[in-house]
Amino acid sequence: MAPVSTERDLRLDLFRGLALWLIFLDHIPSNAVNWVTIRNYGFSDATEIFVFISGYTAAFVYGRAMQQHGFIIASARVLKRAWQIYVAHVFLLAIYLAEIAYVSNSFDNPLYTEEMGVLDFLKNPDVTILQALLLKFKPVNMDVLPLYILLLAWFPPMLWLLLRAPSIALITSASVYALMWLFEWNIPAYPSGTWVFNPFAWQLLFVFGAWCALGGAQNLSRWIHSPVLIGLAITYLLFAFAIAMTWYFPRLAVYVPKAVGDAIYPIDKTNLDVLRILHFLALAVITVAVVPRDWPALKSWIFWPAIVCGQHSLETFCLGVFLSFAGHFVFTEVSNRVLTQVIVSFAGIAVMVATAALISWYRQAERRGGGPHPPAAKPGYAGGDV
Amino acid sequence: MRGRLLLLALLLAAGPAWAEHPAECRVAENLVEPSFRLPRVTKALAAKRLTILVVGAGSSQLPGSGGTSSAYPGRLQHTLSEQLRGVEVKVTTDVKAGRTAAEMVKSLPAALSASKPSLLVWQTGTVDAMLAVDPDQFSQALDKGIKAAHSAGADVVLINAQYSPRTESMIALGTYVEDMRWVALQQEVPLFDRFSIMKLWGDLGTFDLYSATKKLDIAERVHDCIGRLLADLVIAAAKPEEPPTNGSR
Repeated sequence: MAPVSTERDLRLDLFRGLALWLIFLDHIPSNAVNWVTIRNYGFSDATEIFVFISGYTAAFVYGRAMQQHGFIIASARVLKRAWQIYVAHVFLLAIYLAEIAYVSNSFDNPLYTEEMGVLDFLKNPDVTILQALLLKFKPVNMDVLPLYILLLAWFPPMLWLLLRAPSIALITSASVYALMWLFEWNIPAYPSGTWVFNPFAWQLLFVFGAWCALGGAQNLSRWIHSPVLIGLAITYLLFAFAIAMTWYFPRLAVYVPKAVGDAIYPIDKTNLDVLRILHFLALAVITVAVVPRDWPALKSWIFWPAIVCGQHSLETFCLGVFLSFAGHFVFTEVSNRVLTQVIVSFAGIAVMVATAALISWYRQAERRGGGPHPPAAKPGYAGGDV
Repeated sequence: MRGRLLLLALLLAAGPAWAEHPAECRVAENLVEPSFRLPRVTKALAAKRLTILVVGAGSSQLPGSGGTSSAYPGRLQHTLSEQLRGVEVKVTTDVKAGRTAAEMVKSLPAALSASKPSLLVWQTGTVDAMLAVDPDQFSQALDKGIKAAHSAGADVVLINAQYSPRTESMIALGTYVEDMRWVALQQEVPLFDRFSIMKLWGDLGTFDLYSATKKLDIAERVHDCIGRLLADLVIAAAKPEEPPTNGSR
């Protein structure tokens, strides 16, 4: 099966860019602005969008590479990408260690002696840093990149299968997901517990994204636009919205029948609960129905900031994690008034957009021959990042 | 300033029923929800003798010599003794820093049989979040502890983690706070939502929870309020009649 189109679908960049903004906002603790993010209105959140679109674009870019240059070359490129993400993860870890070391030296409130115990790992950095390099020690909010690294490391054989027998590849992925639930597979973490984003679960969304990119979306298009499916999607989204409201207004919780509560809770993010997948799919169905691929507004300046962030997702994501640390730092050191929170949130997004625009400009300059490499050296980036 | 105005508005709305608590405590009294009954406590009150066991980790104590009496378990005993005239109130504690829920469950049978309480107040979750204990195991430990208390003849009130703005970006409390809420609902035990209460105090500026102070004054006031509000919860949930309906609040 051939990759469907050679032109990049700007909707992917748009929604990945938006997802990156939402992840940034959600990662700043106690941020008044994150009431806008989708996790407050249903079961799924920006992570699902990010993982699905990452799978889609990975298949789009590396699928073409595998067809043109063969399995070995394409695999090498995928693994090179995984390595880049690993380096980015270690870079973020260094920033995190700096922040936590600062707090441990400056904050000694007797109300929080217990919480300060979280800094104890600074006492044996040999173990902690080694565990972090092995991707087992994962500080708060730094769980997405290890997941991404593992998904990419596993991607070459999956892509090979997707190009030859897409249905079998999708069934394989779904089977791994089912077996994960059956046998409770996950990767152990340090000092205890397991990975926050179970790769055996989240691979399903990544592979499904890849499957859609390699022709699956076209096969589905007849179904996606059927009024029945759209009706079901809207119904489900409204149901999820109603449930989500009971989290914020506990008085409403009495209206949730006990049977419904028993059936849906707990909604497991670690293992990518089926309710979350359905919620994401419902959102996707509505989005595809509302935003056509050739929508002229996609090329207008209004959506450009999000699109440019989506096209340079790794850099934007890492910057977002750093900025959310910095934002929380501003709240604790300067002011945590709502106005400050709004300013910090918008300033963070502005920095993300400016950086992505700068990268975009530099890549174009490089491609025009201004850079040290001839354009043929970077075919993997044609049309943007993975 | 905004915080003070809100505080004033809340004070005016609060009415005289709770007038015995300081204003700063009462800011959060709407978050105290006696969602389920405490029948064993009701019985104990009728018998004029209430024994409470507080099991907790580091956030159930304060450092220093006066630590035991000024931390919330001591304030709970003080407030209950004041409000329940004629009832002999005794609060014993099994508090040690750095313990997970599973570790507390291990020492629970011994502590229960030593003090034979009618109520177990169980504070946990922070250490589990810090060590990133598997959330399933956390929930199972809660279930197990609640069952052990019930079969030992004690009601249970759960207390979740403290709201700690400085360490928010380092300790992912969310899952554990949510899981505890869910366990409380399923096991039908009241939850003292310390996290939301302290978050409200922090957001309104009632207490400066960001402060890098080494002094005990704010910590003691926070614990005093927690002890008082906890006493309100216990008394409300132990009232023999039906809990107040939504309209009467």
